[in-house]
Amino acid sequence: MAGGGDELKLLGMWASPYVQRVELALRLKGLDYDYVEEDLGNKSEFLLASNPVHKKVPVLIHNGKPVCESSVIVQYIDEAFAGTGPNLLPADSHERAAARFWAAFNDDTLKKASEQALRGKTEEEKAEGKKKAAEALEKLEGGLRDCSKGKPFFGGDTVGYVDVMLGATLGWVRATDQMQGRKMFDPATTPLLAAWAERFVELDVAKAVLPDVEKLIELAKMRHAQAAAAAAAAQAS
Amino acid sequence: MAAKEDLQLLGLAVSPFAIRVRIALNLKGVSYENLEQNLMDKSELLLKSNPVHKKVPVLIHGGKPICESLVILQYVDEVWTAAPSILPAEPYNRAVARFWAGFVDDKLFPSMVGILKATTEEERAAKVSETLAAMGKLEEAFAERASGKPFFGGDSIGYVDLALGSTLIWLEAVRRMFGVAFIDAGETPLLAAWAERFREAEAANGELPDADIAVEFGRTLQARWAAASAAAN
Repeated sequence: MAGGGDELKLLGMWASPYVQRVELALRLKGLDYDYVEEDLGNKSEFLLASNPVHKKVPVLIHNGKPVCESSVIVQYIDEAFAGTGPNLLPADSHERAAARFWAAFNDDTLKKASEQALRGKTEEEKAEGKKKAAEALEKLEGGLRDCSKGKPFFGGDTVGYVDVMLGATLGWVRATDQMQGRKMFDPATTPLLAAWAERFVELDVAKAVLPDVEKLIELAKMRHAQAAAAAAAAQAS
Repeated sequence: MAAKEDLQLLGLAVSPFAIRVRIALNLKGVSYENLEQNLMDKSELLLKSNPVHKKVPVLIHGGKPICESLVILQYVDEVWTAAPSILPAEPYNRAVARFWAGFVDDKLFPSMVGILKATTEEERAAKVSETLAAMGKLEEAFAERASGKPFFGGDSIGYVDLALGSTLIWLEAVRRMFGVAFIDAGETPLLAAWAERFREAEAANGELPDADIAVEFGRTLQARWAAASAAAN
């Protein structure tokens, strides 16, 4: 159970939404944990030993045993600490299936489309990505309508699994909104999602976990500059 | 005796994602109506039941659809609680099972499909390497986790067995098409023995079509991708 004999350590990186999912889940459950910031350019032996397959963050280490992959970790937290704090997944089997479906949709379909829209190799590819992302967002709007049934969150009255999985991305969503001069959760086309996003970022737990938008923008600019420098160097040699 | 349920499965004989659901339902002793779909001419029922992805498998229980194979497997496990369990009871073991099933679907399967999709020898070779590497990790995982038991799930077929076992016909199909063995008594001895056991398990019996059917389907897919690519250029 929480506190007592449980040792929770989270290997993370401050800008990673995957890590933020785990932090949101831990805090929502009222669990204490040690956070260890990893330098992803120089990964610790401990990280490599804890996640030999992917060598990525987040890794949650519970009483010495590592759990990897954000969706796996969040469900693990919900199940291992079932008696502590609110349940992240609903009780009803069909609703649980819907929650898992929409979390997967966000990570597979929406993410792929958004990436193509931003990083497509040609203008054509980017345009196709934008179209796919718009379609995906419309579907997600339907998902929110079905899951929330008029209540504030995917989880109903309280923050649930999908809220955590999607909510953790709001740091980068807002940063990208600012950098690109657009609104990913556009109130004109996806009013429920737009309202949900506004609501989510105001939560105490979101304020505690989501990184500063300014810091994310700074990081994005730095990465962009590094990539440009690397490309220029590659061309010159 | 199999329990009678208001249960339909929209699937495809050759789809690993549908195969795993059929085997899971067999494991649970649940009877269902198997509705083979034609993906070139999608049925109203499929489009209505999976409007988001328009894909198989879809499990329809009491009129309500459940989509995405791993989501369906967990649903089946949670609704039909009779032994055997598909996921282990203990949270940490459940997390490990989810991790490896996710690995099959996010790493192994896309690399393998990449072999089919590759348009150059270089690309194909890279995807073959990726697939072999993924199989190597699964071999190690079996060595570490199975502790002498016949399946990833222990004494009976579990979540990871379903995820990986359902791709066997495709791994064999790709071997027939390109000559590379992904499960090999020399390189992956544990998985080779496991694969035999999986194929012979009662629940899997009849659900694994001959790999030549997958080969034919694979060639159809390749033709479609080539046509789409030509049309785009």
